[in-house]
Amino acid sequence: MKLQAYFRSVSGKFLRHSQTTDEVDEEVRSHIALRADDLERTGLSRAEAERRARIEFGGQEKCKDESYQALGGNFLETLMQDIRVSVRGLRKSKGFTFAAVATLTLAIGANAVVFGLLNALIIRPLTVPHPESLYGLERGNDKAINHSYPDYLDFRDRNRSFADLAAYNVVGVGLDTGDQAVSSWILEVTGNYFDALDIHPYLGRFFHAADEHGPNSAPYIVLTYAFWHSRFQEDRNVVGRVVQVNKHPFTILGVAPPEFRGTLLFVFPDFWVPLVNQEQIEGTSVLTERSNRDLLMVLGHLKPGVTKKQALADLNSVGSYLERTYPKDDANMHFALAHPGLAGDWMGDPVRGFLAGLMLLAGLILLAACANLGSLFAARAADRAREVALRLALGSSRRRILRGLFTEAVLISLVGGTIGLLGSVVLLRRLSMWQPLPTAPLTIPVNPDVNVYIVALLLALASGFLFGAVPVRQVLRTNPYEVVKAGSSGRMGRRITVRDILLAGQIAICAVLVTSSLVAVRGLMRSLHSNFGFEPRNALLVETALNTAGYSGDAVPVMQKRLIDALQSIPGVDTVGLVDRLPLYYGFTGSNVFSDQTTDLKPSNAAFQAATYNISPEYFAAAQTTMLAGRAFSWHDDKNSPRVAVVNREFARKIFGSERSAIGGFYKLHDGARLQIVGIVEDGKYGTLAEDPTPAMFLPMQQSPSSLVTLVVRSGRDPEQLTEAVRAAMRDVDAGLPFTTALWTHELDSALFPSRMATMSLGVMGLMGAMLAVTGIFGMAAYSVSKRLRELGIRVALGGQRWEVLQAALGRAFKLLAFGSAAGLILGVLASRVLAFIVYQATPRDPVVLGGVALAMALLGLLATWIPAQRALSVNPMMLLREE
Amino acid sequence: MTDQAQILPGTLDLLILKSVSLGPLHGYGVLLRIAQISAQALLIEQGALYPALFRLVRQGLLKASWGTSENNRRAKFYELTAAGRKRLREETEGWNRLAAAMGTALATQPEEI
Repeated sequence: MKLQAYFRSVSGKFLRHSQTTDEVDEEVRSHIALRADDLERTGLSRAEAERRARIEFGGQEKCKDESYQALGGNFLETLMQDIRVSVRGLRKSKGFTFAAVATLTLAIGANAVVFGLLNALIIRPLTVPHPESLYGLERGNDKAINHSYPDYLDFRDRNRSFADLAAYNVVGVGLDTGDQAVSSWILEVTGNYFDALDIHPYLGRFFHAADEHGPNSAPYIVLTYAFWHSRFQEDRNVVGRVVQVNKHPFTILGVAPPEFRGTLLFVFPDFWVPLVNQEQIEGTSVLTERSNRDLLMVLGHLKPGVTKKQALADLNSVGSYLERTYPKDDANMHFALAHPGLAGDWMGDPVRGFLAGLMLLAGLILLAACANLGSLFAARAADRAREVALRLALGSSRRRILRGLFTEAVLISLVGGTIGLLGSVVLLRRLSMWQPLPTAPLTIPVNPDVNVYIVALLLALASGFLFGAVPVRQVLRTNPYEVVKAGSSGRMGRRITVRDILLAGQIAICAVLVTSSLVAVRGLMRSLHSNFGFEPRNALLVETALNTAGYSGDAVPVMQKRLIDALQSIPGVDTVGLVDRLPLYYGFTGSNVFSDQTTDLKPSNAAFQAATYNISPEYFAAAQTTMLAGRAFSWHDDKNSPRVAVVNREFARKIFGSERSAIGGFYKLHDGARLQIVGIVEDGKYGTLAEDPTPAMFLPMQQSPSSLVTLVVRSGRDPEQLTEAVRAAMRDVDAGLPFTTALWTHELDSALFPSRMATMSLGVMGLMGAMLAVTGIFGMAAYSVSKRLRELGIRVALGGQRWEVLQAALGRAFKLLAFGSAAGLILGVLASRVLAFIVYQATPRDPVVLGGVALAMALLGLLATWIPAQRALSVNPMMLLREE
Repeated sequence: MTDQAQILPGTLDLLILKSVSLGPLHGYGVLLRIAQISAQALLIEQGALYPALFRLVRQGLLKASWGTSENNRRAKFYELTAAGRKRLREETEGWNRLAAAMGTALATQPEEI
């Protein structure tokens, strides 16, 4: 489309060109006719008169040409001429052209990809009407994005700033459309969800607030377009069809428009169901519990004319009312507003920080590339000094010569930019199709759009002018007389040239990139080998949710025991443990912990929050979590026995001061339950790899049942065979229970995903930096060797040692390399603080990193100067001197 | 031909402005008018006229429109714009000053020094 517009504009110019030519033609014709009329009147025949008139007029072509130039229509023609000359010149030096285009392709490509990410995740708004006024509610100092249902109702009904407030929650369900139940990710939403967002159905109808009449009153489904396409093949008759969701009948009401895929950028649900049916969907309903504050994300449009500040003041007053009214449940009720696409600031802050950092690095790459090309162009201009001098002497204007140089630069930048952009478009499209985690609905929707094309081409143009400007001073100062007389080789100055500075700067930038990528790689290595508090190797996971097959209440623990026993009996299985949610699996569920002395159990009196896990007695054995003191649970820790807990070392230290004194100690939970600590386990990682030591507690599943089930199957058997056996065993227990199996090492990918992505992108940046450093040093070294070939020949002829010859040829390149690397390393160490944000244990002051950078730069220097050095050493003085 | 004066560089534009200022003209008419007002002393090379006309149009000193000549031929007519009128005045003054100065200079006798 873009190309078409371009051609239209160019052809437009040609059209106008031919129009003006036609007009000039006609005017000349009319002139000759008028003159012929006059001549005819003097008695000549018409033919003779016309002939005479034409002769009198003189050179018509010259006249037309000059007229055309006078009309100012020659810009395009001169440009075409410049382009033709440039293309011819670039064709003659293929190596130069290739190096320049390749450098720019990489640099522009990298920038386009990073900008594409930035554009899709931060700049581009959600595909809802009026995204600018859509905000999500964040609560308290830690900006919690989830709220309880009763709190949500109060926000909705008591605020005066939002047109409406809707709430939603992401859950996994089993969907049975007649053949077999499969897992789906869905959104449970309040009845007013679609109306609050102003979304209209593509097909059928949506459910509304009026459809809600208490628990389980609205068994309706609205499908996403994508799911309708993939699962129902766009069958328009699905409207009205009844399907089974977690064994409960739900009626399909309609299909959402294709562009609306929920309000989270990373999670595309399959369908929406009303939140009032939570009991059918999740097995239990917690909609009446005000203290259940980890439930719903709340969002809505501000009323027209209401500012963010006014809305916040309004919400905060609602918040303080709730704090006063429900002191037991509500604390920290002050708010912040954030656009909801990245789950508010929870994901938004790290993503924004990371992308900004990445964009900075990409910008540095482009800068390094420009420096690289600038010095290439300067060298080329120096080589062409004689030609330039000759042209100046023959009367060409400096402006025209500079125009030629710029045309060359811009031509290269456009070709390189276009190739880079095409590459990045392919990459971004791939990235959008990619589902990085097999068990989660995570997507990276980064399809490029016009913004990306424009930015990439502008960047290409800008960099063309930037590096094209480097040789300008050189041309302006050219004194034709001097150059022609002395020859260009006489100007090898000793002083520091622009090119030296460019190269040193470029090497410094590259060293920064190499440093940051090494820091990231090192951080990832560490996080892979750190202690998680469990052993992911040789463990198979079976994940299911019992409510998806209709189990609830007392049936849950019974079924859990059956599953454990079934898997335990598979030959070769050592231990089977059960946990509701794995550690390091999209954060953790936190519970407030109160000391035993606390009587008023309101949130603000809590000692701290602890990651909470409901486990079977064998879980620690199956996960290979080390017990430090006390005992694990047994099957006797059930509903009828006193409540007990196992806590981690950090928990014990925080509430009792030491591990020893914690055993046998008591603490309280929010609901007033008094728990006795019977065992201490090692600390582990629960939410993210980068977290500080976090308190955690483990509760026996029989005392706090949960329908979420993850079975950890510890076995030395071949994973594939084991998976088959496990699947068969699961189906034997209940064929209607949807489940997934995965190796724990694979499942951990989700926890490692951010730092993997960070490391990968920083690694690519570092690699590009390294490549640019190599081409830069190579260019400089090769150039200086070729310029000084004659001098080197004389040195060799006079008996110079190899070392001396090398020093003469490449000493400067190495000095610049050392200087630039040192500067880059220092900058990189400073910049790496930023990385600590994303990458686990990113410490640039690590001797391995420092040494690694120094070694890498030295190796790069060696690699880049290898060929020029060979050339310098193989100088044959006889040959050279004869040539002169 | 020899009795016709060579046109000084830069004077063609002035002559065109002057002749057009006396009434709208087509290109051939400009030639005739220059010959007429200079009493056949100044003759313009026909091919050089049009680039000069276009240049003046582009500078906004003339405006051009297609019309019909007295003997029913389609021709492009030129007229002065306001800017052209102003330019003509300035250039005329400049030329008069130059001519006067040249005249004085060339009329100088040895005894006057």
